[in-house]
Amino acid sequence: MKLSKNFTNPLAANNPVIVQILGICSALAVTVKLEPAFVMGLSVTFVTAFSNLLMSLLRNGVPSRIRIIVQLVVIATLVIVVDQFLRAYMYDVSKQLSVYVGLIITNCIVMGRVEAFALGNKPWASFVDGVANGLGYTIILVIVAFFRELLGSGTLFGMTIIPEDWYIANGGFYSNTGLMLFPPMALIIVGCIIWIHRTINKDLQEK
Amino acid sequence: MLNLFINSALIENMVFAYFFGMCSYIAVSKSVKTALGLGAAVTFVQVMTVPLNYLLNQYVLSPNVLGEGIDLSFLSFILFIAVIAAFVQLVEMIVEKFSPSLYNQLGIFLPLIAVNCAIMGGSLFMQQMVGTEINNVGDSIVYGLGSGIGWWLAIVMMAAIREKIEYSHVPAAMKGPGIAFIITGLMGIAFMIFSGINLDKLGDLKPKAAEPVNEAVVETVVETVDSEYDIDMAEDQEAEPFDTDVNNL
Repeated sequence: MKLSKNFTNPLAANNPVIVQILGICSALAVTVKLEPAFVMGLSVTFVTAFSNLLMSLLRNGVPSRIRIIVQLVVIATLVIVVDQFLRAYMYDVSKQLSVYVGLIITNCIVMGRVEAFALGNKPWASFVDGVANGLGYTIILVIVAFFRELLGSGTLFGMTIIPEDWYIANGGFYSNTGLMLFPPMALIIVGCIIWIHRTINKDLQEK
Repeated sequence: MLNLFINSALIENMVFAYFFGMCSYIAVSKSVKTALGLGAAVTFVQVMTVPLNYLLNQYVLSPNVLGEGIDLSFLSFILFIAVIAAFVQLVEMIVEKFSPSLYNQLGIFLPLIAVNCAIMGGSLFMQQMVGTEINNVGDSIVYGLGSGIGWWLAIVMMAAIREKIEYSHVPAAMKGPGIAFIITGLMGIAFMIFSGINLDKLGDLKPKAAEPVNEAVVETVVETVDSEYDIDMAEDQEAEPFDTDVNNL
């Protein structure tokens, strides 16, 4: 089938976060800095891809009455793998993400894609769909984190971007926008992204 | 305990401070009536599952409780979600049996509570707070109640504002989720005033003359809370007072 369309569609035109409004739950709090946002995005991509693959393989063997429980068990197992991996190899990031790694279980993107796609499609297509949706999610997280880190702390990936002598403390004219570090600004940035996105894709606008 | 309640309901509100339960928050906040129903159901599930998971955490998952050297804490995700899913299933069956009208009213939202991040988030935060703020079952019930009511408050206010915004000229591209995000952001900024509450002062409830400024802050904040509750319950003219509040900030 049209695998390439499957892949590109969730990246922009049918983005899980800003079009389907899924998975905002656990995500925005990790966007204060780029690094945790990036790691979070990749973790979600991993979980979405493999839960789609596994559920697609299991789809003919699971009775539909108990499928929610089966999905939760599969997803929770994958999340435990991610959590243990982060604790072992990226302890600092894991500390910053705190409970949000666990919340990937209840991330609507994962459940939503399993329900909407994997249960009715072949394993390989489901895997591609999972990767693409995870990446669509990562893109939004990275955009939000980019603005919040740049304007809020003057750094990107922890590297200083705003020259030191621009700051008022060093006799310059600039100071960081502390408000950017507070949770509400993440919502407002997402709101603005939706605004721009729907101005370009007019067919998504609500009447 | 009062501290814990105010902290979980207002200062660290599930929606505005942690973005928990945003999916159903955005999707269901189109009418006040369904928002009230869903909020009540979420609060109920929260009050029941947080203590259950607390007991599970204390007597099964923590290191060395099942026997020397046994540490099952890595299983907490899967056990918590199993408890939550089972409990939601139970609630669904009970409601269906004893109150079919309520069951039809809540419809699809009832099973969706299982994947509401506010519920799972509540349990995970509870696990982190064991030993500091939460020391017994009572505390965990209070925490569940506070965070549930905070979520309830948020979704009802949001629904009220969105009902009013139907009549305003929102730019075409902003309609629906776009404006909902911006409103939530502004409400979040408004909720940041609650961080002015001095919890230590509230705990002993004895006014101290030494720092009159803090007392004043507490009083105004408590007043604001009251008036906001009134606004919600009255179900009319909610949007205007809250919007003015935001603009003044």
